[in-house]
Amino acid sequence: MDVQITVNGVDHSSDVEPRTLLVHYLRENLGLTGTHVGCDTGYCGACTVIVDGRSVKSCTMFAVQASGASIRTVEGVADGDELHPVQEGFWECHGLQCGFCTPGMIMSSIALLESNDSPTDEEIRHGIEGNQCRCTGYHNIVKSVQYAGAKMRGETPEVGVTAEVSS
Amino acid sequence: MSTTSVMGGIVRRKEDPALIQGKGVYVDDKKFHGELSVAFVRSPFAAATIESIDTSAAEALDGVWAVYTSADVSHLGPNPAQVPVGALRPLLAEGVVKHVGEAVAMVVASDRYIAEDAAELVFVDYDPGEAVVDLKEAFTDAVKVHADASNTLLTWNGNAWWAGVIELPDPQPAIQESKLRDDAIVVSLEMTNQRLIPTAIEPRAVIAEWNDGYGSVELWTSSQIPHAVAGAIGITFGIASNKVRVVAPEVGGGFGVKLNVYPDEILVCFASKQLGRPVRWTETRREAAFSSIQGRGWLGTATITGTSEGKILGYELEVMCDMGAYTHNFTVAIPLLGLFVASGQYDIPTSYKLHCVTTNTMTTDAYRGAGRPEAAYYLERIIDVFSRRIGMDPADVRKANFWPPEAFPVQVPIGLTMDSGNYAENLDSLLDRVGYDDLKAKRDAARSEGRLLGIGLSSYVEVCGFGPSVLVGTAFSWASYGLPSAFNGSGVVRVQPDGTCTVTIGTGPSGQGHETTWAQIVSDGLGIPMDNIEVHHGDSLDSPMGVGTFGSRSIAVDGSATFEATGRVREKAAVIAGHLLEAAADDMVFEDGGAHVAGSPDRAVTWAEIALSAYQPHTLPEGVEGGLESSVVFSPPNATWPFGSHMALVEVDPETGDVDLLNYWATDDCGNVINPMIVDGQVHGGIAQGVAQALFEEAIYDSDGNLLTTSMIDYALPSAENLPMFSLDRTVTPTDSNPLGVKGIGEAGTIGSAQTIVNAVVDAVAHLGVEHIEMPLRPKRVWQAIQDARG
Amino acid sequence: MYPPNFDYVTPSTLDEALAVLSESENAKVLSGGMSLIPLMKLRLVRPATVVDISRIPGLDGVVDHGDHIEIGAMVRTAETAGNALIAEHATALAEAASATADLQVRNQGTTCGSIAHADLAADQPAAVLALAGTMVAASTRGTREIAAADFFVDTLTSALESDEILVKIKIPKGGKSVYRKLGRRGGGSDYPIAAAAVWVDTDGSTVADARIAVTGVSSKPYLASESAAAMVGTGGSGEAIAAASSHATDGVVVLEDLYASVDYRTHLAKVYVKRALEDVLA
Repeated sequence: MDVQITVNGVDHSSDVEPRTLLVHYLRENLGLTGTHVGCDTGYCGACTVIVDGRSVKSCTMFAVQASGASIRTVEGVADGDELHPVQEGFWECHGLQCGFCTPGMIMSSIALLESNDSPTDEEIRHGIEGNQCRCTGYHNIVKSVQYAGAKMRGETPEVGVTAEVSS
Repeated sequence: MSTTSVMGGIVRRKEDPALIQGKGVYVDDKKFHGELSVAFVRSPFAAATIESIDTSAAEALDGVWAVYTSADVSHLGPNPAQVPVGALRPLLAEGVVKHVGEAVAMVVASDRYIAEDAAELVFVDYDPGEAVVDLKEAFTDAVKVHADASNTLLTWNGNAWWAGVIELPDPQPAIQESKLRDDAIVVSLEMTNQRLIPTAIEPRAVIAEWNDGYGSVELWTSSQIPHAVAGAIGITFGIASNKVRVVAPEVGGGFGVKLNVYPDEILVCFASKQLGRPVRWTETRREAAFSSIQGRGWLGTATITGTSEGKILGYELEVMCDMGAYTHNFTVAIPLLGLFVASGQYDIPTSYKLHCVTTNTMTTDAYRGAGRPEAAYYLERIIDVFSRRIGMDPADVRKANFWPPEAFPVQVPIGLTMDSGNYAENLDSLLDRVGYDDLKAKRDAARSEGRLLGIGLSSYVEVCGFGPSVLVGTAFSWASYGLPSAFNGSGVVRVQPDGTCTVTIGTGPSGQGHETTWAQIVSDGLGIPMDNIEVHHGDSLDSPMGVGTFGSRSIAVDGSATFEATGRVREKAAVIAGHLLEAAADDMVFEDGGAHVAGSPDRAVTWAEIALSAYQPHTLPEGVEGGLESSVVFSPPNATWPFGSHMALVEVDPETGDVDLLNYWATDDCGNVINPMIVDGQVHGGIAQGVAQALFEEAIYDSDGNLLTTSMIDYALPSAENLPMFSLDRTVTPTDSNPLGVKGIGEAGTIGSAQTIVNAVVDAVAHLGVEHIEMPLRPKRVWQAIQDARG
Repeated sequence: MYPPNFDYVTPSTLDEALAVLSESENAKVLSGGMSLIPLMKLRLVRPATVVDISRIPGLDGVVDHGDHIEIGAMVRTAETAGNALIAEHATALAEAASATADLQVRNQGTTCGSIAHADLAADQPAAVLALAGTMVAASTRGTREIAAADFFVDTLTSALESDEILVKIKIPKGGKSVYRKLGRRGGGSDYPIAAAAVWVDTDGSTVADARIAVTGVSSKPYLASESAAAMVGTGGSGEAIAAASSHATDGVVVLEDLYASVDYRTHLAKVYVKRALEDVLA
């Protein structure tokens, strides 16, 4: 079937089988391999992309469903050489280790901050509940999103990745 | 944020710019021209005879290139990277299957969707047999996993070693005698340390390209041990190791599941050789659950004999360890790792016996901590039970039995010694920081209001940084079965003609930040800016040898190799710089991107000038060879022995048994620290995995051997909502096992945490009469324990 | 992970979609796909035709009809969770929607899709039951209304015929409602081990009417009618709530699984009915 999909501002027209999952379309047809596959059941969130403004799991969507849609992936969030604040937050706050969940985590965090620019730690944890990370224990991911939120609000982010002595 | 490059400083990771932009290359991102895709046909039975396999319908499907069964591949022999204890896993099942998920046939097609369509058309006629899953049942041999062998593969008897291998007394007579004392108090408990599925978020993935023209093969694989994989492929196909290139690019988490040479890594090479095309396979999450290794799976009894003053007179542990159906790289070695640390931080007579038992389930092997979390769990749980029995504070009981700092080095079995420790100081530091007395008062006040708060404490000692040459030739070493690896570390430091630096190491990291940490070591030693240092790893042809990344060994062993190589490059560079500056080599100071004469910063040369001279031998002083690099293989004299103490505060919902983890504190000691940010990150993740074992995760087989937890829906990892922020601190007790004084931190968090949580939950409900609850402490178990205690 | 192939149609009108469904042997309706697609990826469900209704105009939107609100077939679960009308007039549904799965699933999945899927442990069906929702089902044979109480038949089985589409849900206004759950990973996370939605209408301090629905406990979400009946006419005291919640599993077969024994789940059903009643009357 023919699909027309705009990805990171670029229009694509492709012929795909109906069963082709959106994540495979992005990775195999368009070569955008930043979006990852970590499970079979729409659970891990590594494949998260933003479709028409909504964060969704691209492994649980057929490419044909996205025909006509505008999609943002991790490859498209930086502004030229300038990282997106969320990307910067993850780098500054050591919000990633193996990096495999990171693209999905970044896309979820962007969607979260676009709907709530001052989330509490609890709201961040609820907002990224659909993204599994096995490396970080989420500690530094929450900090990364707080960093990005501050940056997006025009504030100077607090940085604190060193050992904390607190109760 | 600090951006200094000196050791001990926080440095943003060099790895991250690619990873946060989706530009990191994992195996499944690496595309080869003309590649084909594999799907496996897997057994739905835990024990069955294969009567026949009909591949004709699958072969007839458009897009299918080949369907292979054992008849096609058995001539290659079993995967050579398996310790030959127990049954070896064939590449594809040979007439029988021994666990659900065992690979029976391999379909190669033009794409994965078609390969899966074809896999459904392979008809396998099974004659199901009787499976054994329960460990106690398997131990009786009433049902045998392999017809002509006992299910008990071997028994590690620590006592026998103590009495036989080194001059230490057998502790058993003394322990039995102590039980006869009038003041002896004996506590004993059977506990399960459940099966776990490692669940790296990146599933395993492989792609092979065989080139008949060059007689070589290239395999990209999501592995922690690319060199071992290369060795196994070379042996299997009878080609030299320099014709096999195995690349582990970005690896999306390991935790032990990628610390094996798997049949699929060999099979895609075979298929590529047969078909003349690159061949790819990427694991599904379901396959990751039942056809890549699992972890833990121990059932045992821990017993303490002690006095009412808290002195432990003897500790006994007898455990059955589930091996699964076939043994792999380290399967039988994992229980042995637990033996090394079975006595924990304590000077206590210890007797232990571990039985390695096969069952009709997927193989177990190393999962984060690998033997050491199990050992810490049994010891630290039974110490808590003992403390409660004698009515003493669990912190005081621990302190009453610690090895004092002056006791080090402390001898443990098999010729190793614990390098250094200051256990009481470490625990006191934790208790002070937490405000232990206030915390206990808060718990007690809440309890008087009917709220169930609990405090859990655990100390632990870890053995890691493998490993000493003494281990070569034991079950720990691939050298023992013919693979070209020993338990050493490799570091090559090369300054390029333009003054930039390339570092090549034998590790296979999966998120540990080696590129950054190693660059810090080299930058600190040479004064070359971090941005001018590139660290290469995970390529079997890049480094002279490599053992890989596991057992918290990379920094202690390969890091030390790199440190030493850095020193040698600096020595030679000092000679060259001295020559260029007409000064003595001994007067050279390396910093700020070059060398200068001590006390005369103006008399300086840049690294580019030094390096250019090195590669133009006619400019060098007489007797100095061209080039500017050093390759060091570092062989540590001993393992390293990190330690620490952890504490948790939990609240249990008295009506539902739901556990809320309110606070978690850890004070770890991994010796010297190169990048505190990375070390803390390792601890965070380690704690999360121990908490996950305590509260959430379990691989559950039914009695027929069906795995009931094959998706992330049923195998529940903790999400961000389930964990708190972690409060970390450190003490620093360096090791003398390596020149960096570093001990390793990858597994410490996991080793310290599961029993900390269980101790806390039991503390919350102990006054109701609960002595123990099995992991994972799902609400139903906590609630049931409360009901049972109330009668 | 790799579903079998199928024919995919994207009707632009409801009539067109209904015609395809009536003519197909093995067609499935796709709205968000959060239940259907995972089953197709595991090859447990193999429709010959997938009818994607997301491009049909008029199926989205939450509409105020005075005495009731209507939730269209394409209203995403995230919209349900955040919609002001639903928050005000169908609080339990808003709470159940926000407790469903995770943000991405809520963003793509639809409330009607979750209801039509009839998972025994889904969140939103309990709310629709307690709120006495009415399901509006369309087919080429016409349109019919099905009361929530008659809608959930068994595990993954609803009263919908294979040629019908759940085009909207009508929820009457009035009263107060809440949804409370214990999830598999503790707290409110993940599928419920047991959960309750409670609706009450009060007259002063007296409970004039009540409906209590339980999910995750039996083979389908159900109305705990005896619990509700026990509340009516009471002043909502702790004793009344305890007495009512003790009937939470009357007449149903309680299921056992990896997360709960029969005893534990029976107990949890009572606890969550109690907690929901306490909160709705607070």
